[in-house]
Amino acid sequence: MPELGSNIIGIEEDRVTNTHSNDFPAYSQSLGSAWDLEEFKKKFQLNVSFITERTANFDLIGLDTSIANAFRRIMISEVPSVAIEYVYIFNNTSVIQDEVLSHRLGLIPLKVDPDMLLWVDKTADENEKFNDENTIVLSLNVVCTRNPNAVKGDNRPENLYRNSNIYARDLKFEPQGKQLTTFKDFPVVPCDPDVLLAKLRPGQEISLKAHCILGIGSDHAKFSPVATASYRLMPQIDILHPITGQDALEFQNCFPSGVVGINEKGEAYVKDSRKDTVSREVLRHEKFKGKVRLGRVRDHFIYNVESTGAMLPEEVFFKSVRVLRNKAEYIRSCPIGNLD
Amino acid sequence: MSDKEEENNQQKEETTSKTESSTVEDAEMEEDNLDYEKIKVLPGASEDGTLASFQIVDEDHTLGNALRYIIMKNPAVEFCGYSIPHPSENKMNVRIQTYGDQTAVQVLHKGLDDLSNLCEYIEDTFMAKVNAKDFATEEP
Repeated sequence: MPELGSNIIGIEEDRVTNTHSNDFPAYSQSLGSAWDLEEFKKKFQLNVSFITERTANFDLIGLDTSIANAFRRIMISEVPSVAIEYVYIFNNTSVIQDEVLSHRLGLIPLKVDPDMLLWVDKTADENEKFNDENTIVLSLNVVCTRNPNAVKGDNRPENLYRNSNIYARDLKFEPQGKQLTTFKDFPVVPCDPDVLLAKLRPGQEISLKAHCILGIGSDHAKFSPVATASYRLMPQIDILHPITGQDALEFQNCFPSGVVGINEKGEAYVKDSRKDTVSREVLRHEKFKGKVRLGRVRDHFIYNVESTGAMLPEEVFFKSVRVLRNKAEYIRSCPIGNLD
Repeated sequence: MSDKEEENNQQKEETTSKTESSTVEDAEMEEDNLDYEKIKVLPGASEDGTLASFQIVDEDHTLGNALRYIIMKNPAVEFCGYSIPHPSENKMNVRIQTYGDQTAVQVLHKGLDDLSNLCEYIEDTFMAKVNAKDFATEEP
């Protein structure tokens, strides 16, 4: 078991140990220290392992779970993004019902920079609520017909009919007012153009207009800018007694590839514990009892942020930090009244 | 924050609490877009203001837990806890008890300041790292 004050969360066969934060002044004089920004700056580390167009993976080291978790929660539910909120259906003779189609439309991630729109004023008059500063209009007008040039003998619907499959890319952006200039270089398109919305047969048609507004994930998941935003703690593997020979190979096989290496003396060593999934397989083997100790580093968070495509993943994290900061500063500025 | 600054802040806060009614009026005269509903003191706070519970609306575990952590890091604080009394009400309660040297409001404000400084530093560090472009752009 890790000793008191250790920064390692113990992972044993049937339990976890040392799970609580204990770095508070009131907890113990030796462990806890008062909040000190300079001290934090010295301890804090940020390493980016990769950032692609859709995914970011980075480590935050030296902060508490409560802060790390706040960023994760904010990325999921409080960073604003744009989605279809109102659908005006003029005609829908397809087999998919109006409300189901509307729901599907709402879930399509759109490539819109949320900073280019303002919030809709919920208290405003119905006629003045939506304007070119806070609403984006998309339209979908499709009719399915027979394909006069269909190849004989090929019975696939794509060959027999035109517009038999309706995809997200069929949504057309209709710039309103000054959006003609502001959105000139950023036409609104779905992030993934190949999302299937509906299937039609000759004679069926869909005609609708959709209004997109700003929103946050806690209101509806469609406004969440991330597919997933999660963190895990850095795994730690301590080999307490040398493991050699055939045992070393077996030991290596208890972990995902790349975690454990075997040196020229035939001894197992920890190569890259970051790759470990902490499956605890090694603890099931009698022969490794007492030879290995598993744990996680309490203040080393490995984030994985997967964007839906509307924003860059690093931007989502950046905004989450900004949101938390704004929350603190806003409450700081509010007068404290009495509850009556 | 240096000790001197802290002292200044405390003095400022003390004067504000003494002349609370007049400053509130001043603020109202200046501009009345202050949010009077966001945070309130719950009944039952001690006379000297060292023990108090606050109710913050439209906040949840995101701020509650982070704020509790940073307030508990303050050595003047004997106890800090938060709760969400009912999941259908968007209210969050924070309880603060100090050892008596500072008021709960001072401690709360220091917590909020510390939290925003922390965020500011993370923001800057992250921005610098991303702009340095010293990382893989392909998923391994």
